[in-house]
Amino acid sequence: MFLRLVYQSFHRQRRRKLLAGIAITLGVAVATAMIAVATDIGDKINRELRTFGANIVVYPDTDTLDVEIGGVNLKPPADGAYLNEADLPAIKGTFWRHNIVAFAPFLPVTADASLAGRAQQVELVGTWFAYPFRYGPESFNTGARATNPWWKVEGAWPADDASDVLVGEALAARTGTHIGDKITVAGRELKVAGILSAGPAENQQIVAPLHVAQEIAGRPGAVRRVLVSALTKPEDALARRGEANPKSLSPELYDRWYCSPYANAIAYQLTEVIPHSRAEQIRQVAQNEGVVLARIKGLMLLVTLAALLASALAVSAAMATAIFERRREVGLMKALGAGNISVAALFFTEAGLLALIGGTAGFLIGIALAEEIGKWIFSARIAVEPVLFPVVLAMAVLVTFAGSAASIRRAMHFSPAIVLRGDA
Amino acid sequence: MTRVVANRRQMFLRLLTRPLLVRRGRALTALVAVVVAASVATATLNLYTDVQAKLHREFRSYGANIVITGKNGSSLPADALARADGALGGRGVAAPFAFAVARTAAGAPVVVAGADFERVRKLNSWWSVTTWPAAPGTALMGKRAYQSLTPKGEPLDLTFQGHTLHATPAGILTTGAKEDSRVYLSLADFTRWTGLAPSTIEVAVAGSPDEIRAMIGTLGSALPDSDVQPVRQMVEAEARVLDKTRATLLASTAVIILTAALCMLATLTASVFDRRKDFAVMRALGASQRTVSALFAAEAAGIGLVGAVLGFALGLGIAAWIGRANFHASVSPRFGIFPEVLIGSVLLALLAALMPISMLRKVQPAIILRGE
Repeated sequence: MFLRLVYQSFHRQRRRKLLAGIAITLGVAVATAMIAVATDIGDKINRELRTFGANIVVYPDTDTLDVEIGGVNLKPPADGAYLNEADLPAIKGTFWRHNIVAFAPFLPVTADASLAGRAQQVELVGTWFAYPFRYGPESFNTGARATNPWWKVEGAWPADDASDVLVGEALAARTGTHIGDKITVAGRELKVAGILSAGPAENQQIVAPLHVAQEIAGRPGAVRRVLVSALTKPEDALARRGEANPKSLSPELYDRWYCSPYANAIAYQLTEVIPHSRAEQIRQVAQNEGVVLARIKGLMLLVTLAALLASALAVSAAMATAIFERRREVGLMKALGAGNISVAALFFTEAGLLALIGGTAGFLIGIALAEEIGKWIFSARIAVEPVLFPVVLAMAVLVTFAGSAASIRRAMHFSPAIVLRGDA
Repeated sequence: MTRVVANRRQMFLRLLTRPLLVRRGRALTALVAVVVAASVATATLNLYTDVQAKLHREFRSYGANIVITGKNGSSLPADALARADGALGGRGVAAPFAFAVARTAAGAPVVVAGADFERVRKLNSWWSVTTWPAAPGTALMGKRAYQSLTPKGEPLDLTFQGHTLHATPAGILTTGAKEDSRVYLSLADFTRWTGLAPSTIEVAVAGSPDEIRAMIGTLGSALPDSDVQPVRQMVEAEARVLDKTRATLLASTAVIILTAALCMLATLTASVFDRRKDFAVMRALGASQRTVSALFAAEAAGIGLVGAVLGFALGLGIAAWIGRANFHASVSPRFGIFPEVLIGSVLLALLAALMPISMLRKVQPAIILRGE
């Protein structure tokens, strides 16, 4: 009898059920999409923040001080220590390798050059552009194009195994060098593949594949510093204690610090895999991305909260009207001898069924919505955690019940005779 | 005749207001639906327009996005900083720097920089400094410079073109970049010692890429013999992150407003449809189709109007709360969006009322009254 009542109610009052169902579906859809976007936006924006450049630098442990003003290196060439290029692939073997988006080695050398027939001293920087390498069974491809995404090249990027170079735009303009020209650096003839537009320092330099710089410097396999671009977690009290001295942490805290993607924890792990190295977080990038990230995440979280509240209210209002309209049915049922409990059970079952159906449909629409937003804005999927489904469903049932409860109670309090006469 | 008109008007008003008072519950749910839709629309639209300025301000913690240098490596004119400040007009921070390569007593080269510490603190908030130097003759040591030159914090002698400066380390600076290898002095000490004027002014201006381009133009005409360049790394990355954030917010805003509007439509339609008996009674008593439609439309418009006003106020409150909670700054209320919210609410309410009426119109009043 109970089941039949429920079935008939859905079968006969399709329009009424449809309206409440639409409200629930829409509410759950917007809740699902917003929660998915808000939980995933941290990761997405973190990746976008990598366009600010590398946030960790690795340099030789025993290096002398940099002597550099405005991008011009004044350090005597014989000075300083080097890292070994062959050690670099091991970066992909650290604990947080999946958080390391890109890295690039750099080796600056000062050399006599002849550009467009003019002899002068230039700064040549060797680097990887998009260097392919293998570590273990996997192959990777990384370099300055990924760590310094603001570098713009007119012409073509040189291949890492070629002897082609990029000339900084200020240097090219000053000397009258063009794409395709041949220039001579330290007795080697190099072809200009493109003109580089970057920061004021790079605009005065020649950027070459790493092996070219190593040959000119006469130091095969040498690297002066490595810039690493990593997805990190904003610094907190534990991160600051770890940076001061990792050894001072208790074993438990040490593990927690080591296994969190703090910039300084990742830097520490880099020094473990690269012999004789030191690694520092570049504070300008590393510190500030935490602030910006927290603001954007907070914004989306609060907007999501407002959206959840709004959809909850909308669903409640829809349910309240839907049930209030049926007080006559309640009157009839009570006149026929139904108790308050069985009437309430009927309504709650209906509301629950409606919430489950609307919630499922809304969840599916919400996933599609989140997917579209991700594709449109970030050209990447927005991951919807499967655990969200029961959570959203439970919320839908709860909100539906809450919206119905007041109306059901009021409907039960009317005297059946008055309701049936139509006076209520 | 006038009396009849007056009576009719009175009756119309009575029909309009009585249901709102007698059936408060139903009117309230309809009102709640409108208020929710209007407040969500107000809050998200308000945030969307304001969030850009707020985020630009946050991004300025990254430091300079414009650099002024002397043409071809020469020093800047003596009044360069004053002229830059004038061009900025309080809309940004400018900090001058001067550089020289000095030698330590052991003969090692080291870059010594002169800086205005007050301004640097405002410009480069990410600098991690143990103690800022205050007294003359004290220096801020970059972390690596400190470790290699004065590991015990002892005073050091720096020589530049035959002049020797005796400096005491006051604090240690950590940035993880080239600053770590330098020794920073106050600009006064530096100029007295080397005789060199600042060669670089770093400027941080908050604003959109267009505003920054305009500021570069203003600075360029204020300092005609200098190079004014944007820091591409900062400007491009900021624009990119901001675009993505705004796009996400826009998409969320669209989705939320659409949902709230649809829910409001559903609720109002249901509540009008539910009153089909009233409609049938009026028709049976001889009211014209137009009068009845006008009655329902007026009721819906009234709910839409009141809901929009309440929702607008509530929405401003929500936006202000989000601004306070997230950016620690108030989101300035935009009253310009009030007409949009108002017209949208009233139009939706009218649509919600007239849709079911036009459906009911084709049905005989008797059939509705019989309950079929």
